[in-house]
Amino acid sequence: MSSAAIETKETVAALGEKYKYGFVTDIEMTRAPRGLSEDTVRYISAAKNEPDWMLEWRLAAYRRWVQMKEPNWARVHYPKIDYQNAYYYAAPKNTPLKQSLDEVDPKLLETYNKLGIPLNEQMALAGVAVDAVFDSVSVATTFKAKLNEAGVIFCPFSEAVRDHPELVKKYLGTVVPVTDNYFATLNSAVFSDGTFVYVPKGVRCPMELSTYFRINASETGQFERTLIVADEGSYVSYLEGCTAPKRDENQLHAAVVELVTLEAAEIKYSTVQNWYPGDENGLGGIYNFVTKRGDCRGDRSKISWTQVETGSAITWKYPSCILRGDDSVGEFYSIAIANHYQQADTGTKMIHLGKNTRSRIISKGISAGKAQNTYRGLVSVHAKAENARNFTQCDSLLMGGNCGAHTVPYIESRNSSARIEHEATTSKIAEDQLFYCQARGLGAEEAVALIVNGFCKEVLQQLPMEFAVEAQKLVGISLEGSVG
Amino acid sequence: MLEIKNLHVSVGGKEILKGLNLSIAAGQVHAIMGPNGSGKSTLSYVLAGRAGYDVNQGSITYNGEDLAALPPEARAAKGVFLAMQYPVEIPGVTTMMFLKSALNAQRRSRGESELDAIGVLKTVRRKAAALNVSEDMLKRALNVGFSGGEKKRLEILQMSLFEPKLAILDETDSGLDIDALKLVAEGVNALRDPSRAMLVITHYQRLLDYIVPDRIHVLAGGRIVAEGGKELALELEAKGYDQIVKDAA
Repeated sequence: MSSAAIETKETVAALGEKYKYGFVTDIEMTRAPRGLSEDTVRYISAAKNEPDWMLEWRLAAYRRWVQMKEPNWARVHYPKIDYQNAYYYAAPKNTPLKQSLDEVDPKLLETYNKLGIPLNEQMALAGVAVDAVFDSVSVATTFKAKLNEAGVIFCPFSEAVRDHPELVKKYLGTVVPVTDNYFATLNSAVFSDGTFVYVPKGVRCPMELSTYFRINASETGQFERTLIVADEGSYVSYLEGCTAPKRDENQLHAAVVELVTLEAAEIKYSTVQNWYPGDENGLGGIYNFVTKRGDCRGDRSKISWTQVETGSAITWKYPSCILRGDDSVGEFYSIAIANHYQQADTGTKMIHLGKNTRSRIISKGISAGKAQNTYRGLVSVHAKAENARNFTQCDSLLMGGNCGAHTVPYIESRNSSARIEHEATTSKIAEDQLFYCQARGLGAEEAVALIVNGFCKEVLQQLPMEFAVEAQKLVGISLEGSVG
Repeated sequence: MLEIKNLHVSVGGKEILKGLNLSIAAGQVHAIMGPNGSGKSTLSYVLAGRAGYDVNQGSITYNGEDLAALPPEARAAKGVFLAMQYPVEIPGVTTMMFLKSALNAQRRSRGESELDAIGVLKTVRRKAAALNVSEDMLKRALNVGFSGGEKKRLEILQMSLFEPKLAILDETDSGLDIDALKLVAEGVNALRDPSRAMLVITHYQRLLDYIVPDRIHVLAGGRIVAEGGKELALELEAKGYDQIVKDAA
């Protein structure tokens, strides 16, 4: 790991940048007019050739949104967002309806190569299918054929609206209702693309599914929508990765992810989020205001969230599980790293509705520089949830004296048979640990990366193998400049 | 190999070492003995480069180079090794992972090629067997939940793995029972080599029954107050530090 950290640092140094994904690809864009109105919503819907029911759904969301207030309860601070001064839709010109990668703009593919996404035949070896979302449009989906064989649907959201309207209608908005919260409602009105996955009964998805999100255009919000449905007895593992170019203005990212597991189905959802965090002085960076929720609708079903959050100026995100089915299981494994002026307010909600439901929360927060890192979590046991169990562990690691770690656990239990455990620790990287590592030959930053990776180990272990290495490197890079 | 001249070191503004002189040649084993608070651990930390141990005056020359000017990791790469009195726990990092990272960091710093996981594993296993360091210890998080003896054995395993030119052992005998002490001493003796210098810091004469030094220095009040051959240890044991310090004054 340490050698990997060094290698990555060299790469970063060679690029002359701390944030190596901060490049901009020069591609002609089609944009919706600036600002947000019913016309914007209609423009987006028309641009995507959507059926009327989809447009109506969006408009209903928009009408609701204009009556809503932006939430202010999170421990994050930012200037007021002017929603009328942003673009809500940007698409690379001439991209729709690509049949194969050969038809994709070579510049776009070059971007993906820079990002290190192997969007080509090498992917077969890794066994990963990628749906890449560039700004608002999904440009290429690999490995459709192999997935088709298994009956798995994995396609851009816009395509699902067209080709699988019955499934989309049945599940869209059933986990995160249109009216859920300010940002989710905004997303419902203007979402541009995203990913749709359906795994049929009894099917174990033959490969890891992966989506890569990137914000490229300036002043553009990204609002992708992900819907994953695992039918009875099926299994799927899904990973999303995110980057964005360096820009001095703040950009809004307000995604919605909905997961549904039917009886005995399982979804494992992993995120490696590395949106541009802003510079050392807190200028620029992504506002990552995301609603992610899973519904364990069937008995004995399971949803597991794993997230590595290293980027974004502000993270506001609570991947949650509704444990509706009896004996269903929800898990949340999180690493949140905040350096410089980053602010993270993240955690989970575990809503126990069914009998014998179990949840497990492991949260590792690392704060450095002048960053503020908050774990906010809710464990709620409803009256009918006999024998519900929860275990929560929140560990915070502080580096230096100017950052903050906060733990805000909410626990509600309406059933006396519930067992809820909460453990929390806060620690600092000790001087003697650093000295010990250095005295054995490790440089200061390498030592920090090693110690922090050790601190995060329980969560890193949850990631799919091929992404765990990448995540370990990211942990090291994110904390550069935090010692000395 | 190591030449310390008129060394003054302060910690938190308080002067601990007050004009220490010491010279060790390659192939020799020297012992530093002294009462509590005499500056023994300060000497070991300042040689390894711990932050907060400030050299106010004097010099530390290692193979002709100003050692005090180097950060700790550079000293390690150049062959300085400190077996610590209180080895530190690092949760979540397996011992094996730590050994591999440290070894390769040193090799990289010296411009040598890195060893792959299998290469490191083989070397470590071979050396671990000799020191009775179990496979289980290598898989556990570094020093976490290790007994005192296990920690000290792991320090010697690292010394054996890194093959330093100058090895400093700070109270390696503390907290060890007699069997563990013998095992550790055997490990140290196996590393005695004409190209390697060792500085054994200890409070008690006991360790020197097993690791027999070429030269003994008595440290008191931040200075070397007496020096002699291995027989000095016995004299210390008989008379006690107070008497030796008085005799020297």
